[in-house]
Amino acid sequence: MSIDIDTARKVAHLARIAVKEEDLPALAGELSAVLNFMEQLNEVDVEGVEPMTSVTPMRLKRRQDVVTEGGIPDRILSNAPDAREGFFAVPKVVE
Amino acid sequence: MTMLNELTIAEARDLLRKGETTAVDLTMACLTAIDASDPLNAFVHKTPDIALERARAADARIQSGDAPSMCGIPVGIKDVYCTKGVLSQAASNVLSGFRPEYESTVTQNLADAGSVMLGKLNMDEFAMGSSNEHSCYGRAVNPWRREGDETPLTPGGSSGGSAAAVAADLCLAATGTDTGGSIRQPAAFTGTVGIKPTYGRCSRWGVIAYASSLDQAGPMTKSVRDAAIMLGAMAGHDPKDSTSADIPVPDFEAMLTGDIRGKKIGIPREYRIEGLPSEIAAIWDQGTAMLKDAGAQIVDISLPHTKYALPAYYVVAPAEASSNLARYDGVRYGHRAKLGQGDGITEMYEKTRAEGFGYEVQRRVMIGTYVLSAGFYDAYYNRARKVRALIKRDFENVFAEGIDAILAPISPSAAFGLGEVAESDPVAMYLNDVFTVTLNLAGLPGVAVPVGLNAQGLPLGLQLIGRPWEEGDLLNHAYALEQAAGFVSKPRKWW
Repeated sequence: MSIDIDTARKVAHLARIAVKEEDLPALAGELSAVLNFMEQLNEVDVEGVEPMTSVTPMRLKRRQDVVTEGGIPDRILSNAPDAREGFFAVPKVVE
Repeated sequence: MTMLNELTIAEARDLLRKGETTAVDLTMACLTAIDASDPLNAFVHKTPDIALERARAADARIQSGDAPSMCGIPVGIKDVYCTKGVLSQAASNVLSGFRPEYESTVTQNLADAGSVMLGKLNMDEFAMGSSNEHSCYGRAVNPWRREGDETPLTPGGSSGGSAAAVAADLCLAATGTDTGGSIRQPAAFTGTVGIKPTYGRCSRWGVIAYASSLDQAGPMTKSVRDAAIMLGAMAGHDPKDSTSADIPVPDFEAMLTGDIRGKKIGIPREYRIEGLPSEIAAIWDQGTAMLKDAGAQIVDISLPHTKYALPAYYVVAPAEASSNLARYDGVRYGHRAKLGQGDGITEMYEKTRAEGFGYEVQRRVMIGTYVLSAGFYDAYYNRARKVRALIKRDFENVFAEGIDAILAPISPSAAFGLGEVAESDPVAMYLNDVFTVTLNLAGLPGVAVPVGLNAQGLPLGLQLIGRPWEEGDLLNHAYALEQAAGFVSKPRKWW
């Protein structure tokens, strides 16, 4: 599987990473190299094998659906690049 | 005379209990060593005030007769662990200035046991890397050098700062994390011991995530006994991590008898890969002979899907990373790009992530995005998860046949020169992980033990792989190997 420049551009956008137009050919080449390496997986007979999600056959624990920590907006916002009036602030989203 | 910072945890503990040293003296010795270690670039955030405060508290606790094994022991913490009020960036610019409002469970466990945090340790950004060259703090440097050669070498990765700090006696021990070999490979490159426990043994809560189904915390130490002591303090069930195992933590240290007579050690033939360097093959053979001399039975075993572990890992791990790292959007913490006229929220995300993530992280996030995208999910991600199930089954089969532990190489070489593996060839760097990723995929515990030096005077290690939840038995095998190998070499101080 070879990745062309259009696909590289699309993947970068899906990943929300700005990539300069002139850097796309190199990126496409590197992604292609990695994907070619992964092609080996096609040699394996996986007929009837269940895809693995968890390494230990345990059921995820359930917890009570209650608030355990709350009322700490200052701590939640303490690392925000832009916080105003108790909220995270972002550029205008809706016109 | 041994300097205090050169002690093992067990030695320091015994001296503390006898009243022959104090936590403050141990801590001061380490802080002095750290201040003289800038060329190694291992400690990237120093926390001397916290260290001395905790050391004084530990001394008071020891005096009152309450002295758990880790009480008063100065340790370094990998930057991937969230530590309250202390910069925790996973070596990434995207988390620039991030001071968590909370403490990770593992570092809290260590603090509760009385250990002393000296500071935060360098690593590959988000634990993605095998050389500690991908770090917003710059590369960490191995205290070891080739005989008669000043070429700076990698301490390995991603826990490169942890390995360098332990090998250079900047601390008595350090925390690491291991997603695809990030504890064991740096341990091998620096002549130290490191164990990646069974998945679920240590809580992942507060450990900045790379690949959640693979990440596991573990100790990096100067001896197998120290690994047993420190793992005991780090491990335990945590309701805040739903994958944390609710099973008792045994006294690992008490299980170190060194007696492995009659144990069956598997030697996996698929690990003897084409082009395996002769020094790696030789150390593997020596380790095998040591275990045989200790009374173990050596058994040739087959793990037929070994070859596919690396490609499966490099699908699964980036896929999980692309999802985990979606949270770095410039809104809640860390870096936000300066926006231009007319830039909206999409530009904010894209510019923030382009500026904040290093190149290797960007590459892995994009690979993960691709393999999870519509049309490719089954071809890549689901297929990799099926292959992963087969790799796990390989191990289950050999353990069902009565194998107690597996002995294997850790990396295809000794520590290599910084910059020797080209950035533009990701696959070449990924090949470093060929022996280590298998057990992350299977969730098994593995321990790195230094066994000897190569012709250039660099340490070489081997890994033992054990049954799930049997870290105690695994560490006992490692203890037998450590005793037989008698590895006592230290890097010559040049920094």
